[in-house]
Amino acid sequence: MLSIENLHVSVGDKQILKGISLNIGHGEVHAIMGPNGSGKSTLAHVLAGRDGYTVNSGTVRYNGVDLLDLAPEERAREGVFLAFQYPVEIPGVSNIVLLKAALNSIRKHKGLDELDAMDFISLVKSKTKLVDMDEKFLYRAVNEGFSGGEKKRNEILQMAVLEPRLAILDETDSGLDIDAIKIVSDGVNALRSEDRSIVLVTHYQRLLDYIKPDFVHVLAGGRIVKSGDASLALELEDRGYGWVQQHAGA
Amino acid sequence: MSTSTQEIEKLIGQDYKQGFVTDLDADTFPPGLNEDVIAAISAKKKEPEFLLEWRLKAYRHWLTLKSPEWAFVKFPPIDYQAMSYYSAPKDKGDGPKSIEEVDPKLLETYKKLGIPLAEQERLAGVAVDAIFDSVSVATTFKEKLAEAGVIFCPISEAVQTHPELVQQYLGSVVPVSDNYFAALNSAVFTDGSFVFIPKGVRCPMELSTYFRINAANTGQFERTLIIAEESSHVSYLEGCTAPMRDENQLHAAVVELVALDNAEIKYSTVQNWYPGDENGVGGIYNFVTKRGDCRGQNSKISWTQVETGSAITWKYPSCVLTGDNSVGEFYSVALTNNHQQADTGTKMIHIGKNTRSTIISKGISAGKAQNIYRGLVKVLKGAENARNYTQCDSLLIGDKCGAHTFPYMEIRQPTAQVEHEASTSKISEDQLFYCMQRGISAEDAVCMIVNGFCKEVFKELPMEFAVEAQALLGISLEGSVG
Ligand SMILES: Nc1ncnc2c1ncn2[C@@H]1O[C@H](COP(=O)(O)OP(=O)(O)O)[C@@H](O)[C@H]1O
Ligand SMILES: [Mg+2]
Repeated sequence: MLSIENLHVSVGDKQILKGISLNIGHGEVHAIMGPNGSGKSTLAHVLAGRDGYTVNSGTVRYNGVDLLDLAPEERAREGVFLAFQYPVEIPGVSNIVLLKAALNSIRKHKGLDELDAMDFISLVKSKTKLVDMDEKFLYRAVNEGFSGGEKKRNEILQMAVLEPRLAILDETDSGLDIDAIKIVSDGVNALRSEDRSIVLVTHYQRLLDYIKPDFVHVLAGGRIVKSGDASLALELEDRGYGWVQQHAGA
Repeated sequence: MSTSTQEIEKLIGQDYKQGFVTDLDADTFPPGLNEDVIAAISAKKKEPEFLLEWRLKAYRHWLTLKSPEWAFVKFPPIDYQAMSYYSAPKDKGDGPKSIEEVDPKLLETYKKLGIPLAEQERLAGVAVDAIFDSVSVATTFKEKLAEAGVIFCPISEAVQTHPELVQQYLGSVVPVSDNYFAALNSAVFTDGSFVFIPKGVRCPMELSTYFRINAANTGQFERTLIIAEESSHVSYLEGCTAPMRDENQLHAAVVELVALDNAEIKYSTVQNWYPGDENGVGGIYNFVTKRGDCRGQNSKISWTQVETGSAITWKYPSCVLTGDNSVGEFYSVALTNNHQQADTGTKMIHIGKNTRSTIISKGISAGKAQNIYRGLVKVLKGAENARNYTQCDSLLIGDKCGAHTFPYMEIRQPTAQVEHEASTSKISEDQLFYCMQRGISAEDAVCMIVNGFCKEVFKELPMEFAVEAQALLGISLEGSVG
C-alpha cells in the first residue's frame, strides 16, 4: 500500500534522508527505530506533506497514487494519519470542534454525508473509552494545558475517530510512564486491522513489548541500515545503536 | 510551500458580497454644508423649532473644532463641502408607509442583503427598521410592539410624534460639544432609530436597525436614541453595509442609550461596511460616538460588537455608570484585513458605588491592517468598591499586520479593583499543518481558529446573529488556497 523508493530529502542545504526505500503492505505494522537525529521525524513529516522539506529524488506511491503530489489535507482525506511527536496547542478550538471538522472533511471527500450532531457525539464518546480518556477532554481546547501523556492519548483518540488506512505514530511512547504506554498501546492494538497499516516510529524498544511489529527497520544517518522481524528490536536493545551504525559501515 | 506566511495572507483575500448599488431615483441635496443646508434638512423632516435651534448650535460649535488627530488611524483631510448631507429614495411621501407601499426595488435590495422585510412582517422574532441613506424606508412590527407600549420608529418620526421624549433625552448622554464628529452629527443627522421601553416592560422581541448606504458621494449621519425606563429590558441589534466604490464615504453616527433603575439594554452591532479593496482604495470611514448612561440604580448596559468592515473605524462604545450597583459590559471582535484600520475600544466611567464593568476585546489583524484597542477605565472618587475586569487579546495572521493596545486608567478611589490582562498570538504554521494533517483545509483551519478566538464574544450575541457573525468572519477570511 505504501512504497518508498530511494527517497532523498534535505532541509535547506542539509541532506537528511539519503536514500530510503521501504515497502509496507496492507495491515502490516512496521517499526522504525533509530538514534536521535537520524531522520525519523523527517520521514514522517515528508509522508504527511509538511512544508520546509525538499525532496531531491525518489518516489512515494500510496495505494497507486503519487503521494508527494497531494496537498497535506488531501493525503489526510485519503487516509494518511500522523500522530505528532509534539502535538501543537490550539487555544480557543475545542477538541470536539477539531474532530468534527476533520471527520466531516474526510467524509465529504469520500462522498458521505456529514454526521449529525447526535451520531457524531456518540461516536466520539465511544472512542474515548479506547484510550481511557475523560469525556471532559473533548470540550477543552486542543492540547492546551494537556500533560505529555494526555497529548499522546489525544492523538490516538483522533486516529480512532478518523480511521486512517496508514497511521504513522511518531514517538507516541516518548515521555510516557509505563501505565500510559500500556493505555496507548492497548488503544493502538485495538485499531490494528487488515486494512490499516501502521508505522511506529520509536527510539526505544519497550513500546514494541506492547505493540508487536511485523517488521523492524533501523534508521541511522538518513539511511535504513538494517531491517528484520521483531527480534531485531531485542537485539538492538542488547547491543545498542552503535552496533548497527558500525554494521552499516557508515 | 502551501502554508507559508504569504500563503496565509492569500487565504484571507476579501470577498464583499454586499457591494452592489440599487439604481433608483433619489432626492439628493447638492454637496455642501452651511446653515441653510441644515435648515433644509430640518424642513424636510418637518421638525419642531427646538430641534433646528439645537442643530444650529451644534453646527456653530463644530465650526470651532478641529478634526481629532490623536487616534492611530491615518486618512487624508475630509472635504466637508464636497459631500451631500441628504439623500432619499424619491416618491417617499411623508411618514412611514406600510410594507405593501414600499418601493419593490428597496424590498429587493434588503432581500439581497438577507433581510426580507416583507416576509419579516409575517415571521415572528425580530422587528426591523430599515434605513436607506438618509431615511427610514420601513419599520416592521410597529403595531405589535405598540401593544406592549414599546415605541420603535425612525427618529425622524419620533421628533414629530413624541417631541417631549426626544427633547428630554436627545444629547443627554452625548452632548453636542462632546467631540468633533458628534457635533457634526448633531448638526446634520438625518435618520436613525428611536426606541422607548416603558416602565416594567420586557420588549417582546429583538429590535434591529439595518443601515444601508446606497447613494454615492453622500455622508450618512445616523442618530439613534434608546430609552429603557425603570425595570424594562430590551435587546437591540444594528447591521450595516454599503456598495463598493473607489471613493471613501463617511458614516458618522451618534448612539445614545439611557437605562433607568433596574433597566437593561443589550446593544449588539454587526458592522460590515465596505472596507475598500485589497489596495486600500475606497471604503467607509466609520466615525462613531456610542455611549450608554446607566442612569438608574442596578441598571445594566452591554455593548457587543463584531466589526469586520469599514476602511477606518473610530469607535469607543462607552458606559457611564452613574447609578449605584450599575453594570457596564463591552464585548468586541474587530477584524481588519488588507489596508483596514481600526481604532476601537471602550470607556467605562465609574461614578456610582459598587459599579462593575467588564471589557473583553478580541482584535484580529491580517494583511497590512492595523488594529488598535484603546480603552479607558475611570473610577471617580465616589465610586466605592468599583470593579473592572479588562481582557484584550490580539490575533495576528501573517507578519505585515499590527496590533496595539492602549489601556488608560484613572483611578481616584482606593477601594477600586481594576484588573487588566492582555495577550498577543499568531496563527502558527504548526497549527495550520496540524489541522491540515487532519483533513481540514488551511482556509477552514484559519476560520476555525479565528472563531475559537472570538467565542467569548459570540456567545454574547443573540443566537441568530451569532450565526451571522460567524459567517461574516468566514467571508472576510475567504480566499483561495494556493
Ligand atoms: N527544519 C529543520 N531545519 C534544520 N535541520 C533540521 C530540521 N528538521 C530536522 N533537522 C535535522 O535533521 C536531522 C533529523 O531530524 P529528525 O528527523 O527530527 O530526527 P529524529 O526524529 O530521528 O530524532 C537532525 O539533525 C535535525 O537537526
Ligand atoms: Mg523525532
